Amino acid sequence: MGKKLLLDKVGVAGIQKYDVYRREGGYAAVEKALKALTPEIILDEVKKSGLRGRGGAGFPTGMKWSFLAKPPGVPRHLVCNADESEPGTFKDRYLMEKLPHLLIEGMITSSFALGANTSYIYIRGEYAYIYKILETAIQEAYKAGWLGKNILGTGYDLDLYMQIGAGAYICGEETALLESLEGKRGNPRIKPPFPAIAGLWGRPTVVNNVETLMAVVPIINFGGEAYSKIGIGRSTGTKLISASGHINKPGVYEIDLGLPVEEFIYSQEYCGGILGGRKMKAVVAGGSSVPILPTELILRTAKGEPRLMTYESLGDGGFATGTMLGSGGFIVMDESTSIVKNLYTFSRFYHHESCGQCSPCREGTGWMEKILHKVLSGHGTLRDIDLLWDIQQKIDGKTICPLGEAAAWPVASAIRHFRSEFEDFVKNPQSIQDVKHYYRLTGEKA
Amino acid sequence: MAGSKKIQFSEKAMAYVRELIARYPAGKQKSAVIPILHLAQAEFDGWLSAPVMDYVASLLNIQSIEVYEVASFYSMFNLKPVGKCTIEVCHTSSCWLRGAEDIIRHIEKKLNISAGETTTDGMFTLKKVECLGACGYAPMFQVGADFYENLTIQKTDELLEKFRKEGKRQTYCNHLVDVK
Ligand SMILES: Cc1cc2nc3c(=O)[nH]c(=O)nc-3n(C[C@H](O)[C@H](O)[C@H](O)COP(=O)(O)O)c2cc1C
Ligand code: SF4
Ligand code: FES
Repeated sequence: MGKKLLLDKVGVAGIQKYDVYRREGGYAAVEKALKALTPEIILDEVKKSGLRGRGGAGFPTGMKWSFLAKPPGVPRHLVCNADESEPGTFKDRYLMEKLPHLLIEGMITSSFALGANTSYIYIRGEYAYIYKILETAIQEAYKAGWLGKNILGTGYDLDLYMQIGAGAYICGEETALLESLEGKRGNPRIKPPFPAIAGLWGRPTVVNNVETLMAVVPIINFGGEAYSKIGIGRSTGTKLISASGHINKPGVYEIDLGLPVEEFIYSQEYCGGILGGRKMKAVVAGGSSVPILPTELILRTAKGEPRLMTYESLGDGGFATGTMLGSGGFIVMDESTSIVKNLYTFSRFYHHESCGQCSPCREGTGWMEKILHKVLSGHGTLRDIDLLWDIQQKIDGKTICPLGEAAAWPVASAIRHFRSEFEDFVKNPQSIQDVKHYYRLTGEKA
Repeated sequence: MAGSKKIQFSEKAMAYVRELIARYPAGKQKSAVIPILHLAQAEFDGWLSAPVMDYVASLLNIQSIEVYEVASFYSMFNLKPVGKCTIEVCHTSSCWLRGAEDIIRHIEKKLNISAGETTTDGMFTLKKVECLGACGYAPMFQVGADFYENLTIQKTDELLEKFRKEGKRQTYCNHLVDVK
């Protein structure tokens, strides 16, 4: 049984409400931070904890905070990234719905550490019902004196506001998010300057994921060192994993980093094995953007070692034989799944979500979708597979923001590991209709 | 917009607009454009006509074009009229793996429309959308601010019946603020 740092109180009835949350020990981190610690000490604890950004990139949080510019007289901001739109990822939604006050507690503590007096939570538009839950919790926190002027009589002021999006995956990219928060289209900015220097309205800004900010609470309560003892190597602490696809128990799980992948998939405590007792075919381990791996490579590295749920172990072998932990969006596919069709849903997604600023991304994602559609409708050629490979290479690394790579990697990895399946489709279009192997395609109009 | 109706927020919505603008530093009121467009869509028949967007621009003291370019970027804003009840079925990977296409096909047959279309009585619009963050509870769709998850054909039928009976306009804003 893993340690539960964020979800330990999730089962307490009424934990969404302030009174219950407080009775269960909530807001202790804010009390400790504001009364007994200084911003420098908090930063130090976060550094010691080894916490890495839970939004996908895994950048060390303490280091990110230490980059924040502090020119005198210029307000600084903390922005919580609650845009969660990476296919396969639904952990932030779960966290905010179940534990709204934990996010507020993490944001007050972090804002104090960063010297921010106005902070924002940017939530995706489709999560309107969670907006309401958080808004209610924020009002409760104001009323109880955790937000507003002179918090706990310490002289520290903080206003916390919600901001809602309106349907755009790209607004999860931090500079696009800031543009959106300024009331504009979500076009990512060219970096540098990074938000730590010039972010929201040109002011120094830290953007952190929901789960990252929540993790600051146990780090302050128990100390950075205690947090760093959970996990393996540079993958410290616990991680929320969103599990979906062909498994018996889809849902959100908090694991200790370091858990073997095989245990996560097959144990009753987590995914509970493959649906219908079928065989597993492939896994996308960290949200749609990370490389897909076939069963043998997700369970064991190329060297034959058991694959673990850590940044390093999932990345072992680079893109040739490895993948990434990413956002923790864990999508499992059984033996009946068409990898080509799955890839089509991803490529359609990236084409739909490209902001259109750079031509390799705007045009390339469109072409990849089109070619995959052609292959799926039985009109593909072997050249099309090479063309797909060529296009993804021409996007990778040549765009303003990483959405380009996010669109390229799924294509590259699907071809790398499942090329014969693409060839089958091209050589034998009838196989698309073969209910035995590709029954999930039967509804497509060929 | 129904031609003759005056474009004007209710007093309650205006109070909310003022509250939204107060969330941002002086001179940065443009930041409130997205939440106000949500509100406008909820108050004015579920879509954003040019006069509605001009009205929002006037409230924020910005150019109309600044509102148009935002409204056209984000997928939740409708620039054309839609049915009272827009059913948004997710068809990205995790939902597809768990049978989203069956749900879409079923609704298409039942309502006699294709995805992207509105029923002739103006009651339903069917939309295929990308991942809504409910991947573990697939298949699913969103109607207004609410998520309907772990769908089956039977559950889908029951929900369609329920929406038809209620007959009211479903908006994302349901849970943001009580607009009426
Ligand atoms: C296309 C794209 C989409 C992203 N979507 C999200 C998201 O939905 N949520 C998130 O926290 N980070 C997302 N990120 C990562 C953010 O840019 C940023 O790195 C993150 O919010 C930093 O927070 P962290 O350090 O706490 O992880 C996305 C990045 C890209 C390139
Ligand atoms: S890579 Fe794609 S999403 Fe990112 S800025 Fe360029 S066009 Fe926009
Ligand atoms: S794939 Fe449908 S909600 Fe995520």
